[in-house]
Amino acid sequence: MPINEVKPATGGFSFDNYARNTMLNDKGFKAPGVIKTGTTICGCLWKGGLVLGADTRATEGPIVADKNCEKIHYLAPNMYCCGAGTAADCDATTGLISSKLELHRLHTGRQSRVVTAMTMLEQMLFKYQGHIGCALVLGGVDINGPQLYTIAPHGSTDKLPYVTMGSGSLAAMAIFESRWKKDMELEDAMELVKDAISAGIFNDLGSGSNVDLCVITKDGVDYRRGYDRPNERVQKERSYKLKPGASTVLTSSFRKYVEVLDGDAMDTS
Amino acid sequence: MQMYEEQKSSCPVKVPVECRFSPYTDNGGTTLAIAGDDFCVIAGDTRQSEGYSINSRYAPKVYQLSNGSVLATGGMYADGVTLVKMIEQRLEWYRHAHDKQMSSGALAQMLSTILYHKRMFPYYVWNTLGGLDEDGKGAVYSYDPVGSYEKQKWNCSGSAGHLIQPFLDNQIGFTHQKEKAPLTLERVVQVTKDAFTSATERDIYTGDNLEMFLVTQNGIEKTRVELKKD
Repeated sequence: MPINEVKPATGGFSFDNYARNTMLNDKGFKAPGVIKTGTTICGCLWKGGLVLGADTRATEGPIVADKNCEKIHYLAPNMYCCGAGTAADCDATTGLISSKLELHRLHTGRQSRVVTAMTMLEQMLFKYQGHIGCALVLGGVDINGPQLYTIAPHGSTDKLPYVTMGSGSLAAMAIFESRWKKDMELEDAMELVKDAISAGIFNDLGSGSNVDLCVITKDGVDYRRGYDRPNERVQKERSYKLKPGASTVLTSSFRKYVEVLDGDAMDTS
Repeated sequence: MQMYEEQKSSCPVKVPVECRFSPYTDNGGTTLAIAGDDFCVIAGDTRQSEGYSINSRYAPKVYQLSNGSVLATGGMYADGVTLVKMIEQRLEWYRHAHDKQMSSGALAQMLSTILYHKRMFPYYVWNTLGGLDEDGKGAVYSYDPVGSYEKQKWNCSGSAGHLIQPFLDNQIGFTHQKEKAPLTLERVVQVTKDAFTSATERDIYTGDNLEMFLVTQNGIEKTRVELKKD
């Protein structure tokens, strides 16, 4: 094939602009920033299933981009996945794997397994060598019972009874390490996950706003959006509504918006 | 700290190890000052942070000085503390030498001189000085870290400075507006509170508490308002 022949894209990422962007970067051009979910996400197992938790702050550097975003993503009817890192990568990755799992279910006629989702995510993230910036907490219930995994951006995975991820992971893990027990009741597990996320919300500047929870059992999913809202905004002291015509009019002219033509003189007889 | 120390290991090849020390850090936070006809309000949040961590929820960076002025110090906390200590010493020397308090105008010029004396290794601090002048009118002076200063009617600097300053231009300066409401102390306090609660919503380095100093002819009143802790 001639060297200059352009082949159609076969899917996945396009690295066409890589050399150009490196050159621009070396010359001092700053690439636009991306929204990251400087995040606290976690999950833990209990007697009858598992609980996933997440905060709801999305940041762009020091600025809060979204005060109430969703970080617990749908993967399958029996599986959800919390995402930390680059928001777009988390959305795209979980969306893609969710779609693949649905097709796999239609093909096999069986419920998706958590290991399947984990392996697909792991292999995808490893393939992109960490360039897809998402750190995931995957939780689901299948014929092998409830399972929890973490998947790091380079594709390494862990299977544990309680896990945390994101910039608030240390604060959240401190709570789990001091209070998690085997075979807890649902209420205790929900309270523990809420407290773990709250620790991230209050002690990590990358995390904030509300607590979302997602309880998964063999019987179904209970998605609790805004389970705890400890950061409601206080009433403002003043109203900042401007009266109509508040701004000064410097000039006003309609002539540049219309075309004035010579016409017949008006009949005034 | 040793610079370029030889690596101590069993490795037969001697490799010079480079050591680095960064003397500056940004502890975040926001400061604000507004001058009225016969009063001045100087405010700042009390969160002290580094990276994604909170060092303290109550580390005030607004200081009442012994001559009746108030100094707000944003940027690096340690440099702010050091600077205030030095200013206090110079104010005491002035009292001993002249048997009177230094005026706010004189202090404003002195602060600029102190900052420029460290032009090649600056105090990493964005200062805002507030108080009453010799005629009892509100005065605000704002500085960059090397002493460039300007007398202003209102100023906001620090991590949420770029969020609040245009709000003040609109609500205190009434820029591009026909009607200008009179600037009462009550109004200024309300606008200050709203500026900080709103900045807390969108700036991760602003929060925990708001500390306000209300300077009038009758003296200085200090008030504290809680801000969101997330």
